Amino acid sequence: MLKKRVAMQDIAAETRLFNSRAVIAMLIVCGLFSVILLNMYNLQVRSYQDYQIRSEGNRIKVLPLAPNRGLISDRNGILLAENRPVFSLELVPEQIDDIDTTLRRLAELIEITDEQQQEFLQQVRQQRRFNSIALKERLDEREVAIISVNLHRFPGVTVEARLSRHYPFGDLFTHALGYIGKINTNDLSRLEEEGRLANYAASREIGKLGLERYYEEQLHGTMGFQEVEVNNRGRVIRVLRSVPARSGKNIRLSLDVGLQLTAQQTLAENRGAIVAMDPRDGAVLAFYSNPSYDPNLFVHGISSSNYNALLHSPDRPLINRVTQGIYPPASTIKPHLALLGLETNTVQPDTRIWDPGYFTLPNSDHRFRDWKRGGHGWVDVYSAVTQSCDIYFYDLGIKLGIDRISDYMHQFGFGERTGIDIHEEASANMPSRGWKRARFNQPWYPGDTVPLSIGQSFWTATPLQLAVSTAVIINKGLMPTPHMAAEFSSADSIEQVEPGLRPSVTVIDERNWDIIADTMVRTVATVKGTAYNAFKNTDYSSAGKTGTAQVVAIAQDAKYDAAAIDERHRDNAMYIGYAPAETPTVVFAVTVENTGGGGSVGAPVGRQLLDYYFSAGVNVNE
Amino acid sequence: MSSSMVDPAQRSGRFAAFHIDLPLLLGLLTLLSFGLVILYSATGQSEAMMKAQIIRLGIALAVMVGIAQLNPQTFRRWALALFSIGLLMLVAVLLFGHVGKGAQRWLDLGFMKFQPSEIMKLAVPMAVAWFIASHNLPPRLGHLFVGFVMCAIPTVLIAKQPDLGTSLLIAMSGVFVLFMSGMSWRLISAIAVMVSAFAPVMWFFLMHDYQRQRVLTFLNPETDPLGSGYHIIQSKIAIGSGGVDGKGWLQGTQSQLEFLPERHTDFIFSVLSEEFGLIGVIFLLAIYLFIIGRGLIIASKAQDNFSKLVAASFTLTFFVYVFVNIGMVSGLLPVVGVPLPLVSYGGTSMVTLMAAFGVLMSVSTHKRMLANV
Repeated sequence: MLKKRVAMQDIAAETRLFNSRAVIAMLIVCGLFSVILLNMYNLQVRSYQDYQIRSEGNRIKVLPLAPNRGLISDRNGILLAENRPVFSLELVPEQIDDIDTTLRRLAELIEITDEQQQEFLQQVRQQRRFNSIALKERLDEREVAIISVNLHRFPGVTVEARLSRHYPFGDLFTHALGYIGKINTNDLSRLEEEGRLANYAASREIGKLGLERYYEEQLHGTMGFQEVEVNNRGRVIRVLRSVPARSGKNIRLSLDVGLQLTAQQTLAENRGAIVAMDPRDGAVLAFYSNPSYDPNLFVHGISSSNYNALLHSPDRPLINRVTQGIYPPASTIKPHLALLGLETNTVQPDTRIWDPGYFTLPNSDHRFRDWKRGGHGWVDVYSAVTQSCDIYFYDLGIKLGIDRISDYMHQFGFGERTGIDIHEEASANMPSRGWKRARFNQPWYPGDTVPLSIGQSFWTATPLQLAVSTAVIINKGLMPTPHMAAEFSSADSIEQVEPGLRPSVTVIDERNWDIIADTMVRTVATVKGTAYNAFKNTDYSSAGKTGTAQVVAIAQDAKYDAAAIDERHRDNAMYIGYAPAETPTVVFAVTVENTGGGGSVGAPVGRQLLDYYFSAGVNVNE
Repeated sequence: MSSSMVDPAQRSGRFAAFHIDLPLLLGLLTLLSFGLVILYSATGQSEAMMKAQIIRLGIALAVMVGIAQLNPQTFRRWALALFSIGLLMLVAVLLFGHVGKGAQRWLDLGFMKFQPSEIMKLAVPMAVAWFIASHNLPPRLGHLFVGFVMCAIPTVLIAKQPDLGTSLLIAMSGVFVLFMSGMSWRLISAIAVMVSAFAPVMWFFLMHDYQRQRVLTFLNPETDPLGSGYHIIQSKIAIGSGGVDGKGWLQGTQSQLEFLPERHTDFIFSVLSEEFGLIGVIFLLAIYLFIIGRGLIIASKAQDNFSKLVAASFTLTFFVYVFVNIGMVSGLLPVVGVPLPLVSYGGTSMVTLMAAFGVLMSVSTHKRMLANV
């Protein structure tokens, strides 16, 4: 009975119960679908703008395109700085299953140092996986060939070509051109300050020195970009918009490769500097500092051992001797002082002075020697300059006084930067009372003026300053601003550099310019002139002034004996000159360190320079 | 009055003869066709994958029609046996199963790999329905307890594989039988309280690290935008950027450029939302609602309790699939790896689902014949 009651079914009640549950279920289904719809409404209608922007941000990337750097050539269009394709071995981590194995197998093919591997693995950790990362840069042709034929065995490995700066003349133009190097944090902050950082998004290098640095803005060019659609791995699917990069301007310099080579050859193993320019517009024709070094080492980051070798070399190759070499100008400034003597009526052209071989100040028994033992006898302004008489200028200097000397020589550009188009330039020193007070907290003594009058002691000058001051004499008071860049050209424009001549030295009597020029001509042309021997038998006329700078003070009455003293304490040979004598087209300054006399060493270097200048017709207008 | 007496099956007698429920078939075919259109876009217009999916669809439809030919009483007779075989297989999987993607779900039978949990999706509700329907409704507490145990055993076995998503869905399919059988509301509330009390236990003792990570990521996806949160963020971007009318078929940038992960499987709904917009979403939900509604109508018109319970459970489980998938890709639920039913690319679950619809068709078409006898 019990069993039967259990089995009894109330079908109608069960159906009612089930149907009510079915209705409830359907209501729950509809309720939950409404939740979904409400959520969809939130996403697709209310937040549509937000998600639309994020979707576009996902798919559109802007790729910067680096501009090609402008080329630099000499006055005849010979390339001095060019862009060459270099090849690097690059890997895309995302496409490589086993990076360690790939590295091992690549190292079996070409040499890959542990340093390169460590650097690479660090980059792999830092960068997105679809970015291409360089394992080895600057592959040589053999390595490119080996990798290329084996490329099919290495998915995700590529040989990438890009343009890299190259200086075909190596160390010949280093101190003029400078070099480019990898952009560092200092460069980045400077670019940011100047508001030019955005233009460097695709650039790896920047001018670090010399013209490359000075004309960075012109040489760099304008970045372009591509707006591309990318997929989730960053691979470019298609280009949406493209703005090409604009190459930097090409620069034609006024420098001449041949003259530059002559400068290098004549200096040979000697430390020193040669600079030559056109006095009429300041266009620099030769700019060479010896010893030099290969700027190509710096383009891809110089190794620390190479850099230390350059930095600690006793020859100081990193110093730009043309603009940073601070030398006593020695006798090369005698024409300038003579002009001041004539202008102030301190001396007349025919004023004669007796040179017994020494000079003493009143109330002093200290003897200031002449370079010539026994002296020159009676000297006037002509013989004083041509024979480089020290006693005449000791006397003149004492009569002029430091204040007039200092003021006037500043007008010739001493103690001032010339404003040449590189940043590596020293102002050297044109001393004054104020300077000595500030520097040594001492008054100026007449004994300071005596050696100053022959361009020694506190007076220092760079070779470029000497050349510019000589140009002022040639130009009768007009000072040129030296510049190496002559012409900037781009695809659609050519722009010449304007000559910068400015009045600098004024005279009361214009004839004094001719007298001074004459003293320099006679230095070369007359038998007793200190440069006579060096310039014998030239088929051109020139003018000049020798200088022999003491590097260390010689003791009272001691004889200078080159062989007996340390090589680095020997005299510096100096020479300034210009040619042709009547209508000068070139002015130059030569400094050869620790070799001896201006007449015996300096002037012959100038001779070789001018010989080449005239035989090759360097500065002849077409 | 008289029109309500005329069954649709009579109107389409030819389909009834093949044991096909016409409204359900039309609903399913509309869904499958729409699904193929989305899939073509979501696979990146891969003809090979389209071909594979169409072949699977053919097999699944054949399985559905084949099962529809069987009498519901046959399922009732075989329910317990199927359930027992399924349990044995689950044990076998844990002992000798094939490991794939960090989980042990596959049984290699030599000629094919097989996921026993798929059988349990059908076997659990059928077995529970068989047990509950063999007594009066509403079931008594003791019967309910037995029903729960029948749900719990396969759930625990599958959870150990570990496949938490499937195990919960299977548990749910059994619980739906109990709910539909008229389990009292008081009991339902009591169970709800117990489940929420059980949640911490599950978090600390039963869940794997990657599962816990999924839940954490779900709660705040933006904290890990490149890691596991990436999927949800990209999916929401795809859905949101679709707007009302979508970017157009094959024009979805999130999906075509592969920012969207698993775009042809779990995240296919995001592809639809991006390319067809809110309009496409509403259309898809309408089809699902129609199929679910038809399923519940078939259940309520079924002649015996076993058929009613099985039909209703299958229908509601189908709904849960839809809800969990859409909820997870749109950020309402954690990512649990449930495909969008009958739309996502993939074989096993589609065959299982169509087999379930075959059972529904059998329930829908065989009772009339029974009554006519």
